Amino acid sequence: MAVLLIAEISDGALAMDATAKAMTAAKALGEVTVLACGEQAADAAAEAAKLDGAAKVLCAEDAIYGHRLAEPTAALIAELARDYDHIVAPATTDAKNILPRVAALLDVMVISDVSAVIDADTFERPIYAGNAMQTVKSSDAKKVVSIRTSTFDAVAQGGAAPVETIGAAADPGLSEWVEDKMAESDRPELTSAGVVVSGGRGIGSEEDFRIVETLADKLGAAVGASRAAVDSGFAPNDWQVGQTGKVVAPELYIAVGISGAIQHLAGMKDSKIIVAINKDEEAPIFQVADYGLVADLFEAVPELTEKL
Amino acid sequence: MKVLVPVKRVIDYNVKVRVKADGSGVDLANVKMSMNPFDEIAVEEAIRLKEKGQVEEVVAVSIGVKQAQETLRTALAMGADRAILIVAADDVHQDIEPLSVAKLLAKVVEEESPDIVLCGKQAIDNDMNATGQMLSALLGWSQAMYANEVAVEDGQAVVTREVDGGLQTVKVKLPTIISTDLRLNEPRYASLPNIMKAKKKPLEEKTAADYGVDVAPRLQVVDTKEPPARQAGEMVGSVDELVSKLKEKGVV
Ligand SMILES: Cc1cc2nc3c(=O)[nH]c(=O)nc-3n(C[C@H](O)[C@H](O)[C@H](O)COP(=O)(O)OP(=O)(O)OC[C@H]3O[C@@H](n4cnc5c(N)ncnc54)[C@H](O)[C@@H]3O)c2cc1C
Ligand SMILES: Nc1ncnc2c1ncn2[C@@H]1O[C@H](COP(=O)(O)O)[C@@H](O)[C@H]1O
Repeated sequence: MAVLLIAEISDGALAMDATAKAMTAAKALGEVTVLACGEQAADAAAEAAKLDGAAKVLCAEDAIYGHRLAEPTAALIAELARDYDHIVAPATTDAKNILPRVAALLDVMVISDVSAVIDADTFERPIYAGNAMQTVKSSDAKKVVSIRTSTFDAVAQGGAAPVETIGAAADPGLSEWVEDKMAESDRPELTSAGVVVSGGRGIGSEEDFRIVETLADKLGAAVGASRAAVDSGFAPNDWQVGQTGKVVAPELYIAVGISGAIQHLAGMKDSKIIVAINKDEEAPIFQVADYGLVADLFEAVPELTEKL
Repeated sequence: MKVLVPVKRVIDYNVKVRVKADGSGVDLANVKMSMNPFDEIAVEEAIRLKEKGQVEEVVAVSIGVKQAQETLRTALAMGADRAILIVAADDVHQDIEPLSVAKLLAKVVEEESPDIVLCGKQAIDNDMNATGQMLSALLGWSQAMYANEVAVEDGQAVVTREVDGGLQTVKVKLPTIISTDLRLNEPRYASLPNIMKAKKKPLEEKTAADYGVDVAPRLQVVDTKEPPARQAGEMVGSVDELVSKLKEKGVV
């Protein structure tokens, strides 16, 4: 089987962790060609060529692929799809924006957020916020699949696949990029961090969210948040962990002032060790926590930061 | 301008989900059902565009079982002008896949010629996050998914989107498909008088066959099971105890 893996690229740089994890799933399906596509993609293509499992890398550089607008990117992938049985990508926001469009252009269903590859046609994926795991078998001629990276290990990087430059597809000219407001941060990226410290509504304000951030910085951790914390303006949207936010599975997840609604658990319950700090001993988060501490976060978290 | 809002009837987000013993799916018999939360946000946004005078008509459409009428009545009570129900299944357990939904919506779009289709980002039952993008592909329209802010002006929409690294703003040509993210707005509750009025608003009923769309699933369900349960943990009495446990585990 021939597999086309869409590399995750932002601002010309390869998101190595997400792409390397999706490669593990892609490799299980057949021979993998990686597509590096962007306004600038040559550096990312060279990086992707190192991934174990990459037989070849296609590099499509063109201004129309800047900012990964869905319409031109999907048009390119759909055109390339002729030569492949599977189109695979890590389930990032960009891929979720693009892949269903590709699938519809090919008249096939998309298979979102795959957590296990059973065989070339059969995949497992979470439904109902991870309250059920469903195995589905596709009858489509081609499979368009996004991969839940938190459940796959990354492949090693020892390869040297050839890179081939390809031309751009026609630009549908339907949309135009205006601006990005991306937070600059020295902290590790949320979905690949080994430790995540998340804050919820219990934190109470944007200023007090510093308590969470200080603990995170002490641990070299990424910072996450519940929906309630984001909705209340304590934390930016890209920190949201959960069913409709990011899915994380770090070695250590510390939930502070988070009650543990199923929509939040959906994004973090596969973490290795979960710590919950909450003043309500009845909070459902304690049912999934390895270590629970019933305490006022304003006392416990600074004390924890100091003692670590 | 006209806005079409697809609304899905799903299990209420507060209900504890139970997997059926035969592995065919999740038990939906006698379970509280509601409008998909992202679709409430879509209905709200459409109504706000109407209240601003930018839109004349808001049409809600739902695809599924007959009971989806209730979901459409909710949309009408919130302020949609009329509704279309496309009956595509008899059994509440039969989910219509995003590709089929998108094909049916494409037919509705042909008939209704809306300027904007405002849908939800994701149905909280199948968690697919696909229908809007698929519809956009089928129609050859622009798409602006995961909207956090929408401004409509001179034949285009400026949409700020929630993306992995933060926010991205794009300008899309109309007609377009926009999908809603959580922070776009806070949906209103329907007032009692509006719920009464909604009963008199037009609700047209069709079937998938009327549109000649085959809704047979492409993904066959092999098995559905409970996720692996986590081992019960322990409560610690102090920060000191927590620190020593974490050190023991070697994670700090
Ligand atoms: C369609 C949809 C999608 C959703 N997607 C997501 C998602 O992706 N991610 C997500 O997180 N949620 C999501 N939600 C929301 C989810 O249902 C919950 O509302 C949310 O997770 C609650 O956030 P919280 O735990 O911070 O707030 P709350 O439930 O209000 O909990 C706050 C907690 O803080 C504790 N607390 C308060 N003060 C202190 C103190 N001083 N010290 C210690 N503890 C304290 C309280 O005891 C309480 O347990 C979604 C909901 C819907 C409908
Ligand atoms: N059966 C349906 N009837 C009406 N709208 C739907 C249906 N299925 C999906 N949608 C719309 O498409 C959005 C995304 O759903 P999904 O792609 O299934 O995650 C939903 O929020 C709805 O707006």
